[in-house]
Amino acid sequence: MTTVIPQGSRPRRLTAGRIGIYAFLITAALFFTLPLWIMIVTSLKPMDEIRLGNILAWPANLTFDAWVKAWSSACTGLECNGISVGFWNSVRILIPSVILSIAAGAINGYALSLWRVRGANLLFGILLLGAFIPYQVFLYPLVRIFSTTGIYNSLLCIIIVHVIFGLPTMTLLFRNYYTGLPIELFKAARIDGGGFWTIFFRVMLPMSTPMIVVAAILQVTGIWNDFIFGLTFAGRENLPMTVQLNNIVHSTQGERAYNVDMAATMLAALVPLVVYFVSGRWFVRGIAAGAVKG
Amino acid sequence: MSAVSVRDISVAFETVRVFNGLSLDFEAGEFIVLLGPSGCGKSTLLNAIAGLMDISEGQIWIGGQNVTWEEPKDRGIAMVFQSYALYPRMSVRENMSFGLKMAKTPKPEIEKRVKQAAELLQITHLLDRRPDQLSGGQRQRVAIGRALVRDAAVFLFDEPLSNLDAQLRNELRVEIKRLHARLGKTTMIYVTHDQIEAMTLADRIVVMKDQLIQQVGSPSEIYHRPANMFVAGFVGSPQMNFIKGRIEDTGSGPIFVSGQRRLPLHGYTFTSTPTSNQDVVLGVRPEHLRIVELGAWPEFSVDVVEPMGADTVIWCRDREGSLQVRTSGDIRLSPGEQLNLGIDAAQVSLFAADSGERL
Repeated sequence: MTTVIPQGSRPRRLTAGRIGIYAFLITAALFFTLPLWIMIVTSLKPMDEIRLGNILAWPANLTFDAWVKAWSSACTGLECNGISVGFWNSVRILIPSVILSIAAGAINGYALSLWRVRGANLLFGILLLGAFIPYQVFLYPLVRIFSTTGIYNSLLCIIIVHVIFGLPTMTLLFRNYYTGLPIELFKAARIDGGGFWTIFFRVMLPMSTPMIVVAAILQVTGIWNDFIFGLTFAGRENLPMTVQLNNIVHSTQGERAYNVDMAATMLAALVPLVVYFVSGRWFVRGIAAGAVKG
Repeated sequence: MSAVSVRDISVAFETVRVFNGLSLDFEAGEFIVLLGPSGCGKSTLLNAIAGLMDISEGQIWIGGQNVTWEEPKDRGIAMVFQSYALYPRMSVRENMSFGLKMAKTPKPEIEKRVKQAAELLQITHLLDRRPDQLSGGQRQRVAIGRALVRDAAVFLFDEPLSNLDAQLRNELRVEIKRLHARLGKTTMIYVTHDQIEAMTLADRIVVMKDQLIQQVGSPSEIYHRPANMFVAGFVGSPQMNFIKGRIEDTGSGPIFVSGQRRLPLHGYTFTSTPTSNQDVVLGVRPEHLRIVELGAWPEFSVDVVEPMGADTVIWCRDREGSLQVRTSGDIRLSPGEQLNLGIDAAQVSLFAADSGERL
C-alpha cells in the first residue's frame, strides 16, 4: 500500500458540513430568484397562457405586448397612458432630490466634522434624533406648512421633502467619512490659505467619491421606492412611478392582466436594479488610501 | 527681536486648560526642537503657533507682528505634518502650487518657485505623479516642498519623520538639517518624541512634560546637565542610571553614599548648596561608567551583555542593584565575570530625591 506524503496544497474533501452549506446557499438563492423568475416569465406570456397555470414554465408564445402596454397604455385610474408618465415624474423628482440632498449632506457633514462649529455635537444629535422619529409624525404638520406657503402639491414641494428627510442620513454619512480622514489634511489646506468653500470643493469633495457613490445609491433607491411622500406631497400631476404602479395594479376592469402588472412592476424596479449593477465596482474603491500613511 | 514669541498663553479644551501662561521665544534662524513624550503638549503648542488651534489667553508674535487673531495663512508660516497630508487627488505639482494659487500668485512665479523647490529636494521627476504613486520618503519630500514654496520665515514640523522607516528617517533628518543651513535665516520649530532627532537637529531643545516646559537648552546642556530627573531619564539611550542615596559631609567636602558605594563630589558643580544627610538621586550615564582594574566601585558581576556593534552595553549588578555600562564594541565579557567600575564626579548629575530637581 502506498502512503501519500503530504505536500503541496491540501486536498479538498466533500464533507457533510460542506454539502449542508451548499444546500443552504442554493435554497437561499432560489428563494430570492424564484419570484423574479415568475415575474419575468409571466410578463412575457399572453393571458391565454397564464390562465393555464404553469407559472414556472418558459412562455410558449413569447411576446412583449404586456411590456409595451404597461409602458404606454395601461390605465392608471381614469387616464390610460401607461406607467411611462410615472416614470418621467419619478425621474423629475429623483434627479434634483438626489443631487440636492447629497450636496446638503456633504456640506453639513464637512462643517460639523472639520470646522468644529460651536455646538456641533448638539446640532448633530438633534439632526440624528430627526432620523429616528417615524416620519409619519411629520406628514400632517408638513402638509399644513406647505399649503400655508402655497407650494403644496408641486414638484418643488416633494423635492424639498426628500431633501429634508435625506439630510440626517446624508449628514451622518459624510460627517463620519470626513472625521475618518486625517485632520492634518484639513490643517494643511488651511495653512495653504483655503477658506470654507475652497477646502470643500478643492480638497474634500474630490476625495469624497466613495461616499458620494454610497450616498447616491442610498438616495436613488430610497427616493425611487418612496410611496407615501409622493402620494402626499407631489400632487396629481407629479405622482411618482410607485404610486402609478399601485394604481395600475388596482384599477382593473374585468379580467386582471397579470402580465401587464408584472411588466409594470419590473419597469418600476428597473432603476434601483441598474444602480446596484453599475455602482458595485465603485463601492470598494478607497480613494483616500495612499494619500496618507505609507 | 525674536522670530516667534509665545507670551503667557493658555489653551482651553472642553474640560481642561493647559499651559497656564506658557512663554517661549524663538530666535530668527534658530532650529528649535520641542521634545517630549506623547501628550506632553508639544503638538498643541505647535498648532497654537500655527493658528490651527485657538488660544484662550496670551499672545503669539511672529516676525514682530501680533498674530494672535490672524488666520494660519496670514502668519507667514509653513508646516509639515507627520502623515504628510498631501492632497490625494492632486499631482505633486498641484500639491506644491495650491497655496500659491490660493494667494493669487502670478503663474510664472508659481512655476519658478515650484521648480526651485523641486530641484532643491530632488523631486523634479515626480512632479506629475499623484501622491499614491510615491513612496513614504518621496511623499514627505513633497510635503517639505509644499512648505518650501511658501517662502515662509518660520517652518513648523510636526513629527515629520515618525512614519518613515529607520534608514529613511536618518536620510531625511540629514536633509532637513542641510535645508536649514541652506535657507539661512529660516526659523524652524520641530516637534518630535525622538531624542536622536532632537539631539542631532536642534540649536536649542525645549523638553516638555505634562504641558510644562522642563528645560530649555542646547543639546549638550540637555544631555550633560539635565535640569531634573525627567529630562535626565528621557534623553539618552540606554537610559541614565539612577542611584538612590544621600549626601554626607565628612569635613573634606560632600560625599555621595549609597550602601557600599561612595563617591566624593569634589569635581561636581552644585547649582544649589546641598544639606548634609539630604536624600538624593545620583544620575550617571552608561558611557560615564568605566571598567577599571582597581575602581571606586568594586565587585560588580556581569549580568547581560548586549553587543551593539560600535559599542557594547553591559548590565552588571552588585548588592545594591543593577547598572548599565556602555563600553567599546570589541570588549569580550561573559555573564558572571567580575569587574570594577570607575566613575568621575564631574560627569554625574545629582537630583534632590523629593523634587527631582538638579542640585
